[in-house]
Amino acid sequence: MAHAAVSAPGAAIGEGPPAALERPDFQIVPRAGLPIVALVLALLIAGIAVNELWPLEFLHVVGGAAWTVIDLFLGFVLGPIMGKLSIPARIEFTTRLMPKMVLIMPTVVTVTLAAGWQLSTHLGTNLTSYSLHGWVVASFIVVAVMAVIALGLLEPANIAVLTELKKPQPNPAVIERLMKRFIYTAGATGLMQIATLVIMTKLASG
Amino acid sequence: MSERDGVDAVRLPPVTQLGMLSLGLVLVAGVYLSAHLPEHVSLGPAVALLAASALVLAGNVLALARVHGFAWGRFLQVARWALLAYAIVAGMIEYVFLRNHTSGGPLVVLTLSLVVFAVNVPVLIAFTVARYD
Repeated sequence: MAHAAVSAPGAAIGEGPPAALERPDFQIVPRAGLPIVALVLALLIAGIAVNELWPLEFLHVVGGAAWTVIDLFLGFVLGPIMGKLSIPARIEFTTRLMPKMVLIMPTVVTVTLAAGWQLSTHLGTNLTSYSLHGWVVASFIVVAVMAVIALGLLEPANIAVLTELKKPQPNPAVIERLMKRFIYTAGATGLMQIATLVIMTKLASG
Repeated sequence: MSERDGVDAVRLPPVTQLGMLSLGLVLVAGVYLSAHLPEHVSLGPAVALLAASALVLAGNVLALARVHGFAWGRFLQVARWALLAYAIVAGMIEYVFLRNHTSGGPLVVLTLSLVVFAVNVPVLIAFTVARYD
């Protein structure tokens, strides 16, 4: 795998000669993952088209579980670890993790939401007459809040970090700032996911 | 703004904040409609929220268009790929509503909401990338 150099933070603010750091070569959007995304979306279309309980339940539960677990793990386990890593280790970790997140998160979120709406229509849980309709609406609100945070702050920071790392002379201050934003917003969405778990377990229990 | 580390040397409008506001408004419209569908729903609040969201989005883009020295090449490069990705996401959600025979006014408002959503997110992503270019 090809490598390139990044200056250490001190170099950017004129505190001495730049200390070159190794930076693995990477693709911002991993092209090898695109067929997998296409396959998952095709399964989603098929699941919605057949409108039967098992495929819809499968897609919603698997997508929702992946979404929740990834957010919680990133926010409360990987995030704090990344914050304490040395700059070279953080760069290496970032270039290996974040391109995968560019494909995984939008796919998982789309599958969860689309299959979830179809499932609730199939079961009638999105009708106002459903006894737990308030809980269903609460789940919409939690998703909306998470979407504003994730799409407004987290996803742009993810793409911007990777774009910065692709440059011939990346700015360590920019990377530092965007990584902080990424880690804090991942923590915030992780917290919101606890609310999702409470709501979904209540809906499943009746 | 910090110029110490070479970040944000060009004075920029609050694109991220306005983008999140616009996104929030359109999502509230979506939540309002989704909370009532497939039953009858009064479209007034959703239309008002959608219009407010579209206005904030348009104002955001206009404010950004007035910035001199902004990295438009990078912005457009990122925005077009992000637009493709989020058009697919919005298309999948639209498909679910069509599959469930949503029609008339609610479908128009939902479709326009998804259009605003699918434009807003690429603006946010492309701005965040281009501001550091």
